[in-house]
Amino acid sequence: MARASSLLYLDGVSVSFDGFKALNELSLTIGPGEMRAIIGPNGAGKTTMMDVITGKTRPDSGEVYFDGTIDLTGEDEASIAEMGIGRKFQKPTVFESHTVWDNLELALKAPRGPFATLFHVISGGERKRIEHLLDLIRLGGKRDDLAANLSHGQKQWLEIGMLLAQDPKLLLVDEPAAGMTDAETAETAELLKDIANDHSVVVVEHDMVFVRSLGVKVTVLHEGSVLAEGSLDHVSANDRVVEVYLGR
Amino acid sequence: MMSSFLFRAMDARAGIFLAIMAAVIILIPAGNLLVPEGSAFHVPNYALTLMGKYLTYALLALAVDLVWGYCGILSLGHAAFFALGGYAMGMYLMRQIGTRGVYGDPNLPDFMVFLNWQELPWYWYGFDMFWFAALMVLLVPGFLAFVFGWFAFRSRVTGVYLSIITQALTYALLLAFFRNDMGFGGNNGLTDFKDILGFNIQADTTRAGLFVASGLALVICFIICRSITRSKLGKVLVAVRDAESRTRFLGYRVEHYKLFVWTLSAMMAGIAGALYVPQVGIINPGEFDPANSIEVVIWVAVGGRGTLVGAVLGAVLVNFAKTWFTGALPDIWLFALGGLFVFVTLFLPKGIVGTFSQGWTALRQRRISQALEAGSGEAPDAPPHSPSAPANVTHATPAPKATDPQPAE
Repeated sequence: MARASSLLYLDGVSVSFDGFKALNELSLTIGPGEMRAIIGPNGAGKTTMMDVITGKTRPDSGEVYFDGTIDLTGEDEASIAEMGIGRKFQKPTVFESHTVWDNLELALKAPRGPFATLFHVISGGERKRIEHLLDLIRLGGKRDDLAANLSHGQKQWLEIGMLLAQDPKLLLVDEPAAGMTDAETAETAELLKDIANDHSVVVVEHDMVFVRSLGVKVTVLHEGSVLAEGSLDHVSANDRVVEVYLGR
Repeated sequence: MMSSFLFRAMDARAGIFLAIMAAVIILIPAGNLLVPEGSAFHVPNYALTLMGKYLTYALLALAVDLVWGYCGILSLGHAAFFALGGYAMGMYLMRQIGTRGVYGDPNLPDFMVFLNWQELPWYWYGFDMFWFAALMVLLVPGFLAFVFGWFAFRSRVTGVYLSIITQALTYALLLAFFRNDMGFGGNNGLTDFKDILGFNIQADTTRAGLFVASGLALVICFIICRSITRSKLGKVLVAVRDAESRTRFLGYRVEHYKLFVWTLSAMMAGIAGALYVPQVGIINPGEFDPANSIEVVIWVAVGGRGTLVGAVLGAVLVNFAKTWFTGALPDIWLFALGGLFVFVTLFLPKGIVGTFSQGWTALRQRRISQALEAGSGEAPDAPPHSPSAPANVTHATPAPKATDPQPAE
């Protein structure tokens, strides 16, 4: 896919930490509205890739473009988030001493400057949107609970809710099903499929059942570059993938 | 917009605090000026000045609580901003002495005559006018904090490293102000003040006036802090305190938030210093002592960080104890202070106010659940919560191990 028509475009991206190549000439393109699953063994560079896209890590070389024209390598985390890339961390990271409601309010798309927030008064529209999100992530009854007191699965969902509240164009979701029961995992897959209807989503996941239930194109990373790409059945049939990923 | 901003500051706890402050501001000066000396309700002069001093310490503690309790910036250098505000006020007071100094020089303060200086250094210009000095009380600490914060927060210096740099900042200023060449009176500092705004600084009424001014400054700054911490900005600050990098990924520019609250806090510390100096009658480089800044942190920790009221309470209580100890058992004081800090850290990690309100919340929750068990049928209120309390709360369930234990951030 050409750069101009892509939503996210990585070309020849390399990152090394103390000589260890976390990303090695990684090239990847995500189209508008696409949902993509990314799998790979430990140390394949999945989280580093997310760090590069969200501005946490600067690549040593290579191009990273968002929306076809915006060069992300020169931007910091805050401005990349404002452009419309939201990220859910592998370990659920919510604001523990805030309530569920406040967590969503903070994430809600609104002016981000100190003076804008100082004089901010929550509007009816914002309330409605938070209510809607609370329903979606099924935490309506817990709106006044501190996020610290949620279960692990609930925190995962709250973080997905915060991601949606930002209303990003592209969602980067790192292991959304980690630590969830089978039933929760299935529900999360449904939720992500719903979200993918009007957002682009990149999901990093280990759980093969979960990836299969998403039913989307899969990219396999290995040692910092793309090993295979295609449907899950297609990549599962690839001998190299079986070798490095399944360890057989 | 402004009214809703200030309206947010009020609730029961703020109301109680403001009522107590109003009583203090009215009753103590009245007890000093109006009640005859023989009466049991008479407030002696020394007590009035002492309590006025406590109020300025309380304001300093409030400033530290704003950055430490809400934004997680542990400043070990706030005494520097306090002392700078004090020096700005001291320079005004020096200029008011006029020809009444020991050397009677119409233009130069005594210490400059003593050092054989011929003319007033440029940075003393303007300090004969009160409005200019008052402006400098805000601007000098504010500017220093802005420049310091600009570099520190942009470079993402956090935690203990930032604390150490703030110690270095105040220590550097201590050494600089000790030098005679600096033109701030060197070792002796600025003292021997006569007038403030035309009133004799020794007069009872002036002292009472300074007490009231300190009380009002504390009330106004309290309301400002309270409005800030209860606004959405306050929520962002707590978010920064608990998960700085997550806040960044939400699109908030953390360094701007820190810089805003840091600069504001430094200005409040400056005001506290400016009110402190006329009441104690001297400002010298000793105020920059790194140990002073650490003591302020102890006041806040004792009272309860992240509560504002706790900072005020802690400052008053610890200083009251200090006054008593240094009079009765002068050798013991520093051990007592150290012991107090260890005690609070071990047994009252949320401080006095934090522990109290936590107990209150637990009691209310128990009542609600008892009422429910008794079958009163009424749905419980929204459970009380305190978003400003530190995040070390109990987890409902231990987080299961992630399959791939890489650090997320």
